[in-house]
Amino acid sequence: MLQIIALSFLFRYNKFHQAAFSNVSAEITGRINAKYNGIEYYFSLKSTNDALVKENEKLNQLLKSSYEAPGLLNKLMTDTVMIDSLKKIQKYVYREAKVVASSVASQTNYLTIHRGSSQDIKPNMGVISPSGIVGTVVSTSPNFAIVMSMLHRQYTVVVKLKNGGERGKVEWDGVDPSFVTLRDIPKSAKMNTGDSIVTSETSSLFPPGILVGTVNEIVDDKSSNFYVVRLKTATNFYNVQYVYVIDNTQFEEQKKLEDSTRKKFQ
Amino acid sequence: MSELLKNIIRFVLFIFVQVFILFKVPPLHRFIIPYLYFLYVLWLPFNMPRPWLTFIGFIFGLTLDYFTHTPGLHAAACTLIAYVRPFIINMLISQEGSDKNYASPSAISMGWAPYATYVLILTLLHHSYLVFLEWMNFGSFLFFIGKVIGTTAISLLLILLTELLFFRKERFRTNTA
Repeated sequence: MLQIIALSFLFRYNKFHQAAFSNVSAEITGRINAKYNGIEYYFSLKSTNDALVKENEKLNQLLKSSYEAPGLLNKLMTDTVMIDSLKKIQKYVYREAKVVASSVASQTNYLTIHRGSSQDIKPNMGVISPSGIVGTVVSTSPNFAIVMSMLHRQYTVVVKLKNGGERGKVEWDGVDPSFVTLRDIPKSAKMNTGDSIVTSETSSLFPPGILVGTVNEIVDDKSSNFYVVRLKTATNFYNVQYVYVIDNTQFEEQKKLEDSTRKKFQ
Repeated sequence: MSELLKNIIRFVLFIFVQVFILFKVPPLHRFIIPYLYFLYVLWLPFNMPRPWLTFIGFIFGLTLDYFTHTPGLHAAACTLIAYVRPFIINMLISQEGSDKNYASPSAISMGWAPYATYVLILTLLHHSYLVFLEWMNFGSFLFFIGKVIGTTAISLLLILLTELLFFRKERFRTNTA
């Protein structure tokens, strides 16, 4: 009798495979994982350091002081006008986070990061690594957050070709953790192996232009007007140690508007 | 060491080995995922009543689920094998009643051939059920068959290694003891 109850309970449970977890369990497993990562971390210090140095180099390239205007007459000056119409509003806020647990072997891979709701991490925030995108936050506890990795069978992200700008979507077929599949790129698009695929403006989770992967193999699907492209992921999911959680400050506003519009025309 | 304490230590150890060693191994192929944790359920003592066995299987699976963020997946498979376990033991055990003479299933208490059959059947059952639940979400039939065979093969190898490395001495229990 009890086993029947147990099994029926489980079947009911199974429907919530991807559902949010109770705070307590995420907190406990997060703590254990953080302890373990404290040891494991030493083994990947070198590659983590390399990744961070590379990123520093990239950011240094963007510094104002690295640029000089040609000629002596039009030297770059700081604008002293008080009301600045060119002043921009920060739309994306980056928060660094340490990865304490991750998996690549399963069909549904997640990462646990050491930042939670106390540090203003909310579900539906994009997560990137120094080299490319990683995934999306799905649930949080006070000090930890669970990130659905790009290597998850239900994960999709809107991307575009860096050269042409044609949009498509990326998903994972569950075969190899180093490769993902890009779909919905029309055959009119010009594409070569090695081309960069970056996040699109229409993805509200990520800022545009963040590297997703590079084209590895283009499959010409005869039955449709779209290419199926095999992408090499930009992020190395085997040894990702530090990530940035991206807070789109206008996400709520955009989502509310889109939802209300959808409701209006239903 | 008492049987209870031994099993509590095993519980923690099996979960940690599975989560922090076997799941950390870079995957060779998508069909080959090293599972060992369910050996805990196979090693539980003979004299445990079935409701308890099922309950412990459930709790054990659920603990692992919290680490892998798949609530119910491993718990369902563990509950199933914990439930089926007594039937298999009754079928395989010899007439002398080694379930009365020994504490828990092992190669010594059951004999190599029945023990191997016992492990094979439950491993196959566990993986079939686990992959079946996964397959209902996504995947093709080839995925199902391939993954069941792949994981079962690697699991049997791991179980054999564990049995050889950690040889469990089984005391013959008599009425006088």
